[in-house]
Amino acid sequence: MKNRLEINPLESEAIYIIREVAAQFEKPVLLFSGGKDSIVLVKLAQKAFYPAKIPFPLMHIDTGHNFPETIKFRDQLVEELGLKLIIRKVQVSIDEGKVREEFGKYASRNILQTTTLLDGIEEFKFDSCIGGARRDEEKARAKERVFSVRDDFGQWDAKNQRPELFDMLNGEIELGQNVRAFPISNWTELDVWSYISKEKIEIPPIYFAHKRATFLRDGLIWSAEDDIVYREEDELVEDRLVRFRTVGDMSCTAAVLSSASTVDTVVQEIRESLISERGARIDDKRSEAAMEKRKQEGYF
Amino acid sequence: MEVLKISTGGGVDDGKSTLIGRILYDTKSLPKDKLESIENTSKVRGYDYLDFSLATDGLIAEREQGITIDVAHIYFSTKKKSYIIADTPGHIEYTRNMVTGASTSQVAIILIDARKGVIEQTKRHFTINNLLRVKEIIVVINKMDLVDYRKERYEEIKKHFNELLINRTYKEQVISFIPLSALKGDNVVVSSKKMPWYKGSTLLDYLENLNHDTLYNKEETRFSVQYVIRPKTKDFHDFRGYAGKIYGGSIEVGDEVIVYPSLTKTTIKEIFFHDKKYQQASNRSSVTITLNNDVNISRGDMLVKANETPKVSRNITSTVCWLNREQLSLDKVYTLQHGIHKVLAKVKRINYMVKTDLLDRENNTSVLNINDIASIDLTLNKSVFYDSFENHKDNGSFILIDNQSNNTVAVGFIK
Repeated sequence: MKNRLEINPLESEAIYIIREVAAQFEKPVLLFSGGKDSIVLVKLAQKAFYPAKIPFPLMHIDTGHNFPETIKFRDQLVEELGLKLIIRKVQVSIDEGKVREEFGKYASRNILQTTTLLDGIEEFKFDSCIGGARRDEEKARAKERVFSVRDDFGQWDAKNQRPELFDMLNGEIELGQNVRAFPISNWTELDVWSYISKEKIEIPPIYFAHKRATFLRDGLIWSAEDDIVYREEDELVEDRLVRFRTVGDMSCTAAVLSSASTVDTVVQEIRESLISERGARIDDKRSEAAMEKRKQEGYF
Repeated sequence: MEVLKISTGGGVDDGKSTLIGRILYDTKSLPKDKLESIENTSKVRGYDYLDFSLATDGLIAEREQGITIDVAHIYFSTKKKSYIIADTPGHIEYTRNMVTGASTSQVAIILIDARKGVIEQTKRHFTINNLLRVKEIIVVINKMDLVDYRKERYEEIKKHFNELLINRTYKEQVISFIPLSALKGDNVVVSSKKMPWYKGSTLLDYLENLNHDTLYNKEETRFSVQYVIRPKTKDFHDFRGYAGKIYGGSIEVGDEVIVYPSLTKTTIKEIFFHDKKYQQASNRSSVTITLNNDVNISRGDMLVKANETPKVSRNITSTVCWLNREQLSLDKVYTLQHGIHKVLAKVKRINYMVKTDLLDRENNTSVLNINDIASIDLTLNKSVFYDSFENHKDNGSFILIDNQSNNTVAVGFIK
């Protein structure tokens, strides 16, 4: 029996896309949030260029509202792999008066990070940003191309997207434009978790069931362990066994009740799950077209 | 797990989005929050049924107009397979999206409204899927509930559709017919009790039972170098790896290969996938290979097996589908991207138009507009190493890029 490589079609496609980014662009960057999707991206990039190092830096747009566990995890990963990490802070954009902090019950820094991101892209003259967005996450994302052109204001023009045929990716752009590249476009949440399981990829502990001080609002479970999520006095704090399905800005990321404490039990839980991943993200619930509007403004 | 890519096409309002929503619903792929939002919106609009099309029509303009205007990708899986559906619009102006969806699919679903039967759009979709050599076509005759589930109507439409097949160029294409009602759920996932006369599979059963080995044609091996890997580290000081994706056949250590365009001969020394070495790698895998001779290879060069050489030319004849609002200009220099290899191209002449609808259209041979399909001759500044589209889908296709707008303006299928 010969030692034959059996193909994982999604992995092979992602590696092909990452290599196209490195080959077609002069200054790519990988947008790293510390979440599982971007950790998987780093793993795929490692595979794409082995035995060479990943030929582009990572950039983290830090809202200042991160789960502390993800930051610790991020720094370990970067050190272990000898990667270059750029951090740009939303707090700085606020201090410079470029954006204004939201107030009230539903205040979040999720939208504010778009400005910091666009400034970061301009500062380093990045011409392509690799992101971990997936088409199964949300309806507007389902229409996103693998190479998605943004104009010099970072805007996405949904109706004038370049057609993508066969495997051919057209990365030709004007100075000032950039391309958002999405290697795991065709993966589902379950695909990501199955890959984490198969490849034994480490991810931050908040993805697994843990006891946390929480309160309920609008049917969602919010962390009460920090001052970041606004809580009214009559919103009762209770300990619950929870995990997070996404690790966005703390102020808009709700937890789900779960006893899944290992990768395999999480995979099992997702198979049986009835609430979609972004169902616990309040930013999408603001309106039917929330994501599309944010994307037009330059959000990834 | 096997991944099956499907594209859907049909006319306006033939219930494509409803069909996809129904598949998601019946395979329990719709999460609770999405289902709730569909229920709420259906109720607000005063429907007495669930409007499953709400599951896929994502963009603001689409919800306003109630039509699909761009390719949306929908995912679901069964225990057996993962499915990716490219939901492409029925509007005539958006033929380019249909071509896009069909280019990466192994299966095409063409919807027909049982009341309307075969219409111009049906012919267009069939022609495009035949032109793109999509292996399997499933003709779904939808809204059977509105024609009282009559067998005669189904047979009549089937007969009309079969008349389209007479002039098709890709004769090996497999074509099947399924009568169903997406709205009521007949024959989508669950067998219909209303159509006992239909003995075939439901749509999902048919997809589940497709054999993946037969969905790709047997093609020769083509390996274009995407990226040259030179780590220059202590452990890999002289390492020179060629990263790329294998199209067609498989490769094996020891294979004798020819490098294009230099025509250097060498053999494969190692095949890497990440940090592991393999003896063999199969079709469509992204690998890194090393070679036994020190040859000068850069991005865009192509490796083929010594007995499977491609055609090499600066002049090609090709069928193209024009994808952009700005029409073809015979004076312009375009960039032709063949796989990952780019050259400059000029269109020498338009040979003839390919008709895709039932209407007799003028054979105007000086202009190509958006959605037109035609045969053209191209001259290139450098040779490409290609196959005919008939023999090799990936190495027989290209895109044209406008050098001013950078837009992808056409897709070509080389003769």
